[in-house]
Amino acid sequence: MNEVKDILTILFLLLGSFFMLIGSIGVIRLPDFFTRSHATSKSDTLGIMLIVVGLICYEGLELNSLKLMIIFVFIALANPVGSHALARAAFKFGIKPWFKKEEKDQD
Amino acid sequence: MESFIIFISISLTIIIIIPFYRVLKGPTVFDRLLGAGAIGTKTVVLILLLGLLFKRLEMFIDIALAYAILSFISSLIVAKYFSTEKAKE
Repeated sequence: MNEVKDILTILFLLLGSFFMLIGSIGVIRLPDFFTRSHATSKSDTLGIMLIVVGLICYEGLELNSLKLMIIFVFIALANPVGSHALARAAFKFGIKPWFKKEEKDQD
Repeated sequence: MESFIIFISISLTIIIIIPFYRVLKGPTVFDRLLGAGAIGTKTVVLILLLGLLFKRLEMFIDIALAYAILSFISSLIVAKYFSTEKAKE
């Protein structure tokens, strides 16, 4: 049983950090603010969720797993709401979304 | 297993450094906020992994939860400030 637990933990941790890497690269490469907020809100949340599930597998059924479950639910709810608030404020502030035909790369 | 978690923590610190480029270079203030928000959410995970390494996960889980709540509330407050008229000039 111990090996299965370790294999699951390693698998989830690797997947989680892979998605966080993709999120970071997305923040750099994408041309516009609104496209970048895709990267942080979505792939970051998925990365965190996978890593927290990996830790839950590593901890087994304990009080820590319950606390990790609370963190999992909170991040799943809070991260998208925060990114949405930021994007809404940016749109009200007057930032125009990027369109292909403009060819002006807002790097 | 221990060395694997150390490897994941080190790769996570490298992943955290990448959004700093966006914080420095971001044309608008919102890009900087985005980079800072991304770093904040990644730090929560780094705290959890370090808690695992230090064999005292109970304490670090509370720290990570507090930090996640704080970073969420701060991004809400900043978003609320920037949607007001005063921030336009």
